[in-house]
Amino acid sequence: MTLERFLILGAILFGIGLYGVLSKKHAIAVLMSLEIMFNGVNVTAVALSRYTVPYTVPDTFEAASRFLLTGHVFTVFIITVAAAEVALGLAIIIAIYRTRQSVLITDAKELSR
Amino acid sequence: MINEQLIWAIFFIPLASFCVLALLVRPFFNSYSYISGPIAIVSIGISFILSLLTFFEVATNSNHNLVSEPNSWLEIGNFHFTVGILMDPLTAVMLVVVTGVSLMVQIYSMGYMKPPNHGSENAEHHGPEELGNPVYARYFAYMSLFTASMLGLVMAANVVQLFVFWELVGLCSYLLIGFWFHRPAAAAAAKKAFIVTRVGDFGFLIALMYLFFKTFTESVNYLEISVINANLPGLVDAGVITAGALTLIALGMFVGAIGKSGQFPLHTWLPDAMEGPTPVSALIHAATMVTAGVFLVARFFPIFEASPDAMMVVTIIGGVTAIFAATMGLVSNDIKRVLAYSTVSQLGYMMLALGVGAYGPAIFHLFTHAFFKALLFLGSGSVNHATGTFDMRYMGGLRSKMPITYITFLIGSLSLAGIFPLAGFWSKDEILLNAFKHGDLLSVSMMGFVLALIAVFMTAFYMFRALFMTFEGDFRGGSDKDPEAQAHGPVHLAESPFPMVLPMIILAIPAVIIGFLVNPIKDFGSIPAHWFTHKLEHSLHLPPPPAFDPLLAIISSLIALLGILLAWAMYKRNPYLSPATMGRVTDPIYTLFLNKYYVDEVYEKFITGRIYYRGIAQTSDWIDRNIVDRTVNIVGWIGINFGSLIRELQTGQTQMYATVTSVGIVIIAAVYIFGM
Repeated sequence: MTLERFLILGAILFGIGLYGVLSKKHAIAVLMSLEIMFNGVNVTAVALSRYTVPYTVPDTFEAASRFLLTGHVFTVFIITVAAAEVALGLAIIIAIYRTRQSVLITDAKELSR
Repeated sequence: MINEQLIWAIFFIPLASFCVLALLVRPFFNSYSYISGPIAIVSIGISFILSLLTFFEVATNSNHNLVSEPNSWLEIGNFHFTVGILMDPLTAVMLVVVTGVSLMVQIYSMGYMKPPNHGSENAEHHGPEELGNPVYARYFAYMSLFTASMLGLVMAANVVQLFVFWELVGLCSYLLIGFWFHRPAAAAAAKKAFIVTRVGDFGFLIALMYLFFKTFTESVNYLEISVINANLPGLVDAGVITAGALTLIALGMFVGAIGKSGQFPLHTWLPDAMEGPTPVSALIHAATMVTAGVFLVARFFPIFEASPDAMMVVTIIGGVTAIFAATMGLVSNDIKRVLAYSTVSQLGYMMLALGVGAYGPAIFHLFTHAFFKALLFLGSGSVNHATGTFDMRYMGGLRSKMPITYITFLIGSLSLAGIFPLAGFWSKDEILLNAFKHGDLLSVSMMGFVLALIAVFMTAFYMFRALFMTFEGDFRGGSDKDPEAQAHGPVHLAESPFPMVLPMIILAIPAVIIGFLVNPIKDFGSIPAHWFTHKLEHSLHLPPPPAFDPLLAIISSLIALLGILLAWAMYKRNPYLSPATMGRVTDPIYTLFLNKYYVDEVYEKFITGRIYYRGIAQTSDWIDRNIVDRTVNIVGWIGINFGSLIRELQTGQTQMYATVTSVGIVIIAAVYIFGM
């Protein structure tokens, strides 16, 4: 397994997600596509973190300090924040639904001229 | 005895009185507003005493260094604005006139403007208006402000200072003409006075600005009046400014004087100003403010003297006004308007005198005129107090009812008509004499002399017409018969109360004797003949005044007597030569006079309606709509139409925006990766 494969996987996930975000009419589907994009980023972050530092189980404190987990920590953060964001996004979708009886984002176009 | 601080006090005491009345009594102590009359009178009284002392000091002292250099107020580059007193005989005379007449008028006002809490003993009879408390304090506040402004005007050492007070007296005139502002005629008259005089003020302002821009590079400060008078004619000789520029400055100032003094084309406001309370007319529109125009020309006399064209204009306007206003006075039925036209006519006399170079006589006439014209106005107010109307057609037979008013009015009329030996005789004679001696046959000065001589006849006629219509014959009903008199008080045929009668008696004294002040005929002990006019002219280099001419005096007196005789024949011996017959015989002219030469109509219909409205206003309107507005609209149209192209991109579709953003990022990334 090389780093490229993970990066390609991440890029594919990100591309699928982006396609969904840009093409889906339903707001829930857009949110789901966003999650896929997040996960593409997560895969990339973890893969880079794994492949840029040597893989040894640290046995001493000094070795552990060199065992960088930055990408993993970021990923955990992103998952947490994304969960919160989904909650927020769902709340917004509900609010939109209550005002216009529709969750199609093509209908929410007050910013048009 | 008198020093600079005391001279300043002459101005500041009435101003303090105004501040107390307007800022304390009027808003906070209305229930004590009966003290506002005494406050005003005491302050003016102190000013009057100080003015008299100043006058004697200036009259007896040969060096006039009563005041120091003006103080600097503001300095911006070459612009030095100073504030100070210019004390010369002209100022001293004006101080006495202003404070003296103002004092008398304010005492009179105590009776005329009925004080509050006072009406119980003669509740059925009030002044022309039932006056509540606030009105009383307001009246005396305005009067104090006016007196202070007028004193500031005559003392000003700087043209800017002069102009400020010039406008302030105009403001006070507006406020006091419109004192009974709930009466539409009074409000309209106040507006008219303000606007018409503003036309003149504009000319004055232009003259001042022109003067400033012509001279601000000079080393001395040409905003100071003494500097202007001493140096400006010299600048023409030195070639710094042209003679035409000097004439222009003089004429601009004269336009201001025309507006303020009600001279010919701008005279229309003064008769209408009679809508104000009668004491106001006596003070402002007879004795003081309207003479500010004459004062202005006198103040800048060296400039006028250096410009023969300007002098000629002054003479012509003065002479024409003297006769023009007198003819309207011949036929007016309103006693106050007769006096108003008389005032305009007499102011024309003074202008005429200045125009022919008779500086001293002009100011002397201003001096005497102030007293007897104020007296006549106070008399008309007293008559109005009794009859409730100003229309002489509804008066008559008041001689036995109001003996003091009659006698004082008679003295004033005789003085104004120029009957020997009253004050008016001497001052009028001086003017006639100067106009006669200064000119050759067919000169402007001689034309002025002829006009003035005709005006003498008319003056005598209209004054005695007024006197006979008011005091002789049978009483014709007063306000009960007058359909237009509803605004005035009821008929109450009796002599006016003491505060009104007293000033009339006091003013009658100078109206009789003050002519001798000039010592008109020959040296009297240590006092040389014409010392008064000599004193006034001390700093000017004028030719010596002509000596008293008995023949001219007799001729002018005979002409005046002829006028009185005609009035007597028409209005006292009515059946022989009735006014109605005279009106029919002289009909087209009579109608012309009665309609005031249609000047008001010309202004209303032609100047305002055609030139101003059709010409200027409609053109401006067209330019505004079609050029200014169009330009603005084009700018807006460009914005809108360019915007509408870009606006199409704003679809409101979030996904479209996101797509564009993503494609943009991809392009940037591609450029970054492959392009480098």
